[in-house]
Amino acid sequence: MNRYPAWKFVLIAIALVFGLIYTLPNFFPEVPAVQVSSSKSAVRIDNALMVSVEEALKGAGIAYRGAEMDPIGIKVRFADTDTQLKAKDVLQTKLGDNYIVALNLLSASPRWLAAIGALPMYLGLDLRGGVHFLLQVDMKGALDKAADRYTTDIRSLMREKKVVYSGVGREGSNVVLRFKDDAERTRARSEIERAFPDLLVREQDSAGGESRLVAGLKPEAQKRIQDGAVQQNITILRNRVNELGVAEPIIQQQGPDRVVVQLPGVQDTARAKDILGRTATLEIRMVNDDPGAQESARGGSVPFGNDLVSDRNGEPLLLRRQVVLTGDRINDAQSGFDQRTNEPAVHVTLDGTGARIFKEVTRENVGKRMAIVLVEKGKAEVITAPVIREEIGGGRVQISGRMNTREANDIALLMRAGALAAPMEIVEERTVGPSLGKENIEKGFDSVMYGFIVLAAFICLYYALMGVISTIALLVNLTLLVAILSVMQATLTLPGMAAIALTLGIAIDANVLINERIREELRWGATPHAAIQAGYERAWGTILDSNVTTMIAGIALLAFGSGPVRGFAVVHVLGILTSMFSAVFVSRGIVALIYGNRKKLDRVSIGQVWKPKAEDLAATAPLKS
Amino acid sequence: MEFFRISRDIPFMRHALVFNVISIITFVAAVVFLGIYGLNLGVDFRGGTVIEVTYGHAVDFNRVRAAIDKLDLGEFSAQSFGSSDTALIRLPLKEGVSSAQLSERVMGALKADDPTASQRRVEFVGPQVGKELYENGALALLLVSIGIVIYLALRFEWRFAVAAIIANLHDVVIILGFFAFFQWEFSLPVLAAVLAVLGYSVNESVVIADRIRENFRKMRKATVTHVIDSAITRTLSRTIITHGSTLLMVLSIFFFGGETLHHFSLALAIGICFGIYSSALVMASLVMWLGVSREDLVKPERKQGMAGDKILP
Repeated sequence: MNRYPAWKFVLIAIALVFGLIYTLPNFFPEVPAVQVSSSKSAVRIDNALMVSVEEALKGAGIAYRGAEMDPIGIKVRFADTDTQLKAKDVLQTKLGDNYIVALNLLSASPRWLAAIGALPMYLGLDLRGGVHFLLQVDMKGALDKAADRYTTDIRSLMREKKVVYSGVGREGSNVVLRFKDDAERTRARSEIERAFPDLLVREQDSAGGESRLVAGLKPEAQKRIQDGAVQQNITILRNRVNELGVAEPIIQQQGPDRVVVQLPGVQDTARAKDILGRTATLEIRMVNDDPGAQESARGGSVPFGNDLVSDRNGEPLLLRRQVVLTGDRINDAQSGFDQRTNEPAVHVTLDGTGARIFKEVTRENVGKRMAIVLVEKGKAEVITAPVIREEIGGGRVQISGRMNTREANDIALLMRAGALAAPMEIVEERTVGPSLGKENIEKGFDSVMYGFIVLAAFICLYYALMGVISTIALLVNLTLLVAILSVMQATLTLPGMAAIALTLGIAIDANVLINERIREELRWGATPHAAIQAGYERAWGTILDSNVTTMIAGIALLAFGSGPVRGFAVVHVLGILTSMFSAVFVSRGIVALIYGNRKKLDRVSIGQVWKPKAEDLAATAPLKS
Repeated sequence: MEFFRISRDIPFMRHALVFNVISIITFVAAVVFLGIYGLNLGVDFRGGTVIEVTYGHAVDFNRVRAAIDKLDLGEFSAQSFGSSDTALIRLPLKEGVSSAQLSERVMGALKADDPTASQRRVEFVGPQVGKELYENGALALLLVSIGIVIYLALRFEWRFAVAAIIANLHDVVIILGFFAFFQWEFSLPVLAAVLAVLGYSVNESVVIADRIRENFRKMRKATVTHVIDSAITRTLSRTIITHGSTLLMVLSIFFFGGETLHHFSLALAIGICFGIYSSALVMASLVMWLGVSREDLVKPERKQGMAGDKILP
């Protein structure tokens, strides 16, 4: 009676070993570390880098506790955070811009554990501190920018093909051209249609009898541009995050027009917000140096087609509204020095189209000034307005004049990190300070621990040995749950830790059902072996049914929840699965170990089984069919 | 030790009307509170900014309010949070001011006023996102209900499905009623708790439904009322102990889990307490009133002697 086949014991043993090994990493403390990874795909992480990292540290006299290399990068461990900070500075200066040097925390678990994929649980932002942003890409903005680019392109096409037009400009997300002559309009239309197949061109006459052409993007081109804008913004965000030096950033698209950015462990949240939230776009425009126009602008009436934009010192400059180049034509920007004057400068490399336009514009405007404008939240600011000295071909541009090394660095960073393809707005933000994270871990841990202790004490008291078995099953459940969470690297949040506590509270239900059933069978006079047998068998159907309904709720939460709620749902769902295994399978196994080999069993240690008086028993006993 | 020494089946169903009247009264009260006070929706659903600030000493709220007042941000609230040295500042959404600027300006002002102020947490939710979270929550509630009805209808019978979902949705409404009456903040974790309660209470109804079915099979000559009474009586001990155990864990979260999980555990606790009552008494009496009979549950058995519950599909 109540023997258990060997294969079931083997299965339980395997599950236990798995649970213990994969739970183990969570018990080791975390040590401060510095992580070196490459900021460009072309830069490889190899042994040579390892050697230079180690040499740099030795050269600076910084003691470290071992360095390791994995596909992400090189990780070096340190004894304390002071050394860690010092090492970060040393490595950053030594390795330069091609590498990201970030602070990180690594588990002190032995290496063989990491080798078999046994890692500590992945803590959510509310437990380790950090920033979470949900950014919304302004899709209309993306189309407007595309229309701006087409305006410039159409203008140069018209000039190239010598089409006579009286004006071109953007209206909403359309480009509108005005003509005096219908024949020129027909010619322009066919030229535009040939050169830009993505545009849908319509002829339209305005009320004033003016001949107009309206060019708008075809729907499929709009979609392509919007998708591209989100992708480009993600790339740019990634660049900006790289500049921040975060060990494990998450940057993902969510839905058609949103981007999630998570920066775990970021200490200086204000700076992270500043750099990420910079919704800057870069524009190159010509300065209107015409003295008359400047005079009237200062007098308050800005001439048509011009804007008055201030520079960093608040000095106003009159700029032509037409945008020569936008930031997305910039391939690279590095700070450096002017070779002739040795002044700080920014060296910019443009893409093909950018280079062509730049060459044309500089040829026609030698001696005039060109302004580099940073547009942030709808506010434009002139970074610098250098004089064009000569025609610049080849797409290599040097910007110099009136800036110090730091400013040159900043401008280069901004240009390199790129202009966003479309403006973005933060629609959700959750920032958690590192101390709060630590506190949350303690609180979550405490609620699981104290709850468990009281629960275990009660169950052991109430159900005697069967209660002890239930408690062991509950412990197995906890171990398996933590092990699976660790293996899956599912994000553990504070509500997730609450879910662990709740799961334990719900999991005990299965054992209570079984134990109550056994008692009841004993009450009706079943033999101990038969009672155990019937208890487990009858309870199983109920346990399955009740867990399925709890599971339905868990899965719905998983599907619709976000952030902390998702963390709750993940643990909840996994906990239901592990509890079914441990409450039924494992506890049955232990029962079999204890009682299975006894041929004659006088009693089951399940606490006192109260029996009603004989006549009551007769009245309530189940009628046998 | 045995807490429940019940000699005879308790005639619960004789009082079915009373239970349902109590239910209806609490339900109506909850709906009225919801109607009058409404839910105090947190920043997750309503949008806005929440900043948690801790000081090196007990917070002087007059100074905090004065410092923020100077920024002219419109309506805001500042309350203590968890302990006396922590303040929670809530700011409503404001047109044209991004969250990044807002929290920084507030922190700047607070730090200027008192250098020990340090920011622990910032949460900002835009109006669009808040609306979506709200809609997704409602959708999740709806889908959970439908899923449970379908499962119970397949596994048992439509009467059980309808009775269980009515009994348990009435728990949900009562939890919401509590939140409306006390004006506790309704946030995302609270929503998670409400949905978890829904799944959890149904689990209770399932246990009783299971027993009713088993009794129908075994107690051939008993009346429907007697079958239901017996099912409730015999699961009573398990019901109380299970819910007590879960409540223990929830109380542990309530006392040790900190301020963030306060309302979350409160919702769970209320749900568990009302769940015991509604899933046992309300569900069973609804099933009885809907006219459940032996023939509905005990189909002609194909094979005799198979273990327990596995006979039915």
